[in-house]
Amino acid sequence: MNTQDSYVTADGRTIGPPMMEVKNITLRFGGVVAIKDISFDIREGEVRAIIGPNGAGKSSMLNVINGFYHPQDGEVWFHGKKRHAMKPHQIAEQGIARTFQNIALFKGMSTLDNIMTGRLTHMKSNMFSQMMWWGGAQAEEVANREIVEKVIDFLEIQAIRKTPVGRLPYGFQKRVELGRALAAEPKLLLLDEPMAGMNVEEKEDMSRFILDVNDEFGTTIALIEHDMGVVMDIADRVVVMDYGKKIGDGTPDEVRNNQDVIDAYLGVAHD
Amino acid sequence: MSANFYYGIEVFLNGMMAGVLYSLVALGFVLIFKASGIFNYAQGVMALFAALTLVGFQNGQIPFSHLINAIFGTNIHHFGWHMPAILAIIFTLMVMVLFAYLVEKFVLKHLVNQEPIILFMATIGLAYFMEGFGDLMWGADIKKLDVGIPQGGNIWLEEKTAFLGGPDFYGFYLDNLDMWATVCAGLLVVSLVLFSQYTKTGRALRAVADDHQAALSVGISLRAIWVIVWSIAGFVALVAGIMWGSKSGVQFSLSLIALKALPVLMLGGFTSIPGAIVGGLIIGVGEKMFEFLIGVPFLGGATENWFAYMLALLFLVFRPQGLFGEKIIERV
Amino acid sequence: MLYREAGDFKTTYAKDQQTFPIAFDRWGYRLTLAFAVLVVPFILNDYWTNAVVLPFLIYAIAAIGLNILTGYCGQVSLGSGGFMAVGAYAAYKLMTGFPDLNIVFVILLSGGITALVGMLFGLPSLRIKGFYLAVATLAAQFFLVWLFNKVPWFYNYSASGQISAPERSLFGFAVTGANAHPATSYLFCLGFVFVLAWAARNLTRGANGRKWMAIRDMDIAAEIIGVDPLKAKLTAFGVSSFYIGIAGALLFAVYLGAAEVGEAFGIEKSFLILFMVIIGGLGSIFGSFAGAAFMILMPVLLKNIMVGQMGWPTDLASHFQFVIVGGLIIIFLIVEPHGLAQLWRLAKEKLRLWPFPH
Repeated sequence: MNTQDSYVTADGRTIGPPMMEVKNITLRFGGVVAIKDISFDIREGEVRAIIGPNGAGKSSMLNVINGFYHPQDGEVWFHGKKRHAMKPHQIAEQGIARTFQNIALFKGMSTLDNIMTGRLTHMKSNMFSQMMWWGGAQAEEVANREIVEKVIDFLEIQAIRKTPVGRLPYGFQKRVELGRALAAEPKLLLLDEPMAGMNVEEKEDMSRFILDVNDEFGTTIALIEHDMGVVMDIADRVVVMDYGKKIGDGTPDEVRNNQDVIDAYLGVAHD
Repeated sequence: MSANFYYGIEVFLNGMMAGVLYSLVALGFVLIFKASGIFNYAQGVMALFAALTLVGFQNGQIPFSHLINAIFGTNIHHFGWHMPAILAIIFTLMVMVLFAYLVEKFVLKHLVNQEPIILFMATIGLAYFMEGFGDLMWGADIKKLDVGIPQGGNIWLEEKTAFLGGPDFYGFYLDNLDMWATVCAGLLVVSLVLFSQYTKTGRALRAVADDHQAALSVGISLRAIWVIVWSIAGFVALVAGIMWGSKSGVQFSLSLIALKALPVLMLGGFTSIPGAIVGGLIIGVGEKMFEFLIGVPFLGGATENWFAYMLALLFLVFRPQGLFGEKIIERV
Repeated sequence: MLYREAGDFKTTYAKDQQTFPIAFDRWGYRLTLAFAVLVVPFILNDYWTNAVVLPFLIYAIAAIGLNILTGYCGQVSLGSGGFMAVGAYAAYKLMTGFPDLNIVFVILLSGGITALVGMLFGLPSLRIKGFYLAVATLAAQFFLVWLFNKVPWFYNYSASGQISAPERSLFGFAVTGANAHPATSYLFCLGFVFVLAWAARNLTRGANGRKWMAIRDMDIAAEIIGVDPLKAKLTAFGVSSFYIGIAGALLFAVYLGAAEVGEAFGIEKSFLILFMVIIGGLGSIFGSFAGAAFMILMPVLLKNIMVGQMGWPTDLASHFQFVIVGGLIIIFLIVEPHGLAQLWRLAKEKLRLWPFPH
């Protein structure tokens, strides 16, 4: 297929041209090379998975995409423009949201407030108006609350709206975290092991939410996941990393039959 | 060389000696922080309390006599003995160990797994408690502390060095007590480093510092370690209390040495023993030299109150991990 | 049976987001306010005004200020005393430099100046965290006290090194100086307390408050979801110092009348305000009031009992005060790290279920 053209998938979704391209990224911590010369793209509207063994550099890759780590070499292109070095919060403003491998909710706040924090990039009323709670600030608060309530409905967490997140069970916490990212109405959603530590049922729920987000809102999703079954089921394309290098890239079927990938997963002697 | 140059050197030497004492107090902080993750604000008040207790034992004061007098209308003050310094020091040490045990039993045990900042605030509470308790027990009047360390300027040194700087220079004026303090503090610092590096207890202590749970799982008693560390901190406080107390009397201001040690910690890093030592020297010399060169001539003096903090603050802005800390890699 | 949400249906999000969602609380709040404005001024005497009521109101403002920084934004500060001094000296310079300036503007401007100073000392917070920051704020404390002590311009070259507040009035009533009536001083401070507490509540329940709390709970995650940490921390330092500066200005101008910096704004003040926040409850506006009330009332009570009733010497009572304050801090941290506000919340939860606990 042509790299610039849109196409329609078997289930009828339209996949657009690449929205995010990373080119020749290299990231080092002191002497340790976490990512070595990796390039791939994420197309508009697709579900893109990044897989690989532990320590392969997957999370570091997400950290590069949302600007938390600054690579020593390489370029990041977003919407066809080269991105200059930016702070993570500026990148969030551009419409990239994410969830974290180890849940990173705000423990002192309720579910509702946590998800409301996802709207912060959209809330612009000035401090004085907020102090007075008049006009701008209150209208904005209510308007954003409506969007958040939609997210809450979508994720089926109405009942825990006002519960402090620290009291929630693990699966719900993961869901609230997804809600916080969704509330931002991102163009690109990064999910770092959204199903880690879940049982089969919870994984099914989460997979359904991810596919629904992609389907209903047309959100582009890049996710890291260890469960091969899930990845092969929900991803349109897969990048495989091992020891900081890219060893495979393509549709689930292509990747499944790639000899390097098989070696990395089943194990061969490294020289 | 002009006389001013030699006075500069004298200031430098005095700064070094003050610095060693700062290092000592800072070391007390570092030990507790490494072993329990607690930033012990009460360290300075512990020094005050130790000095008060020492004087009390030496002079045979009756504990809580003011309180007893107030309640029962009696008029008692002293047992009427005078205890030799060495015996009083040993008794005081026992009191400090008892104190360590009580702190573990009544405070630390109940605050396990709390956030560091909560623990920090608990030690502020502890500092207030001890300050009031010490005053209740021994009275708040300024007391003279004398354990037999020579005081006053060292005449010999002054005479022998007078020739250096010409007619305007009268030789280096260094206080005997300061020199003694430097030697003691230096010895203590060395022995503490040796203790934590080469003894079994020291190793256990470092293990606890690295990871509480892992240490527990290999059979180290967290509570025993805490008592030990707080006892050591009590010992360090006693030495600092003796040095400072002999110099300027035992009074409330003695507890402020803790505030002097805080910038040392910021500079050296909360977990680094060499950091505490080098940081102490830098601050000691730095504040004396700054006062001598800039403070008194241009700023009206008394810059020692804040210089150490400003130095540490500026330093931290450029190197947040401190002098010897490792670069922090943040993860998500 | 009165204390229920049941039957009090919220039909709009605006109603759901109000400060007192329970009708009983709303009425309690209105009654308290009416009592404070309509009754208290007529029953106040000099002793109660000076020993309890004025310090309570003024320190409540300071405690709200520190709570915004420490309780909501998670940045521990030990520099409150120094920032209060900035507010006091700013008020003094403004009052003496611009005699025609209305006292309300003097106080507000003093807060504004303190906010700028606070933001300056808040700058390092971007690089330093936790204890390091707490200790760094001590730099502000010591430096500011030294500055006001050593630079005669700040105290208008007066021989004593003290500053004293000239008389200023509002609507014809003296609020500062020796002729101020207790009731006037009280109402003047109460006005500030009401407006500032209300503004603080609004600030902390909206977008700003969420930014601060996000930084407090997990700064890295906050930055990645789009909170600018520098802006969030600096606004927290700014707003917090604004409040503390106003408290300092009121303490000097309305309450003390004359002040010497080391004595009135030393490090003990920093700790006092921190204790109010801890005992009252981190991250709670109500807690700031509760903590201030507690820390003001307790010494008065102890003094009355020990010195007044039992005839003990004053110094003994003050030693006891240290022991009790220190002990209480520890006990509170052990039993309820979220302070009086949390105890109040728990009591309310119980009350909502009462008399049917299941």
